[in-house]
Amino acid sequence: MKYLKFLLPMGIFLVLVLFLGAGLKLDPKEVPSPLIGKPAPAFALARLDAPEQKIARDDLLGQVWMLNVWASWCVACRQEHPLLVEFSKAKTLPIYGLNYKDQRAAGLKWLADFGNPYTASLSDLDGRVGIDFGVYGVPETFIIDREGVVRFKHIGPVTPEVIRTQIEPLVRKLNG
Amino acid sequence: MAKHPTSLLLAGILSVLLACVMGAAWANDAAPAADNPALEARMLTIASELRCLVCQNQTIADSHAELAVDLRRQVREMLQAGKTDQEITDYMTARYGDFVLYRPPFKAITALLWLGPAAMVVIGLGSLFIVLRRRSRMAADQFEPEEPSAAPDHPSS
Repeated sequence: MKYLKFLLPMGIFLVLVLFLGAGLKLDPKEVPSPLIGKPAPAFALARLDAPEQKIARDDLLGQVWMLNVWASWCVACRQEHPLLVEFSKAKTLPIYGLNYKDQRAAGLKWLADFGNPYTASLSDLDGRVGIDFGVYGVPETFIIDREGVVRFKHIGPVTPEVIRTQIEPLVRKLNG
Repeated sequence: MAKHPTSLLLAGILSVLLACVMGAAWANDAAPAADNPALEARMLTIASELRCLVCQNQTIADSHAELAVDLRRQVREMLQAGKTDQEITDYMTARYGDFVLYRPPFKAITALLWLGPAAMVVIGLGSLFIVLRRRSRMAADQFEPEEPSAAPDHPSS
């Protein structure tokens, strides 16, 4: 009883420290996606480089693929891009780009200037497919499995660590 | 006031032109509201319950972020298609999660969020009650005497 007077505030303080410490580690920008484990939203979008050709979600069934949301106006995409170009050379999985709320000419110029890691880029001119994918911070990266189910989402530029520790093991697992 | 008729006419034409330009600029911004004020009001009511994920501490109704503009358009279109408020809220949470709602549903994961403040009040009032009750039962000689100039030194040291 005598010690309680000291231990109780100490205990409360320690709990508070734990909560605040955990809070420091959390990134409020990283909102867990409700899409994980659910089928990817249906879409049928024109190819950026060949607008007369459309690619639909169901065309991509049967393979593990990556969807990378990018735009020529997106500064963080520029930061991410060299890594994606490098990653695409390993041919770990096909990378499809979602050219989000961009102008076709600007998007094409961007790919010509900085390299094109994408199997194909899809034009989401008015951002509706972006909304269906819950995109709110470009760049965003999704991994979609053979059955068309979203397995992984990364918000913000992909880093070498994310590729090594999360994307590569996941793709191996999904393909294995 | 005797004004020259041509200058009056000129002023008239100019103000009409100005009104047209201003009107056009303004209408461009608020065209949907002019179409259907009731629908726009409903859209804003729904949008004010949704968090803008780009700017996190603003609602979709308040924010000028491009995503918020798109989502307002989405809500507007869904209302025009006759969707209910619940259907629109479900549409948003299916894409952005419960985080998009300013009043998230009560679940195991949000229990601390909803009950935390009430629990704090209960703990605070409870401990205040216990301390006060214990003091009221203490004999008067357990308190330090109320003497304004008791000792030169601090009594407890």
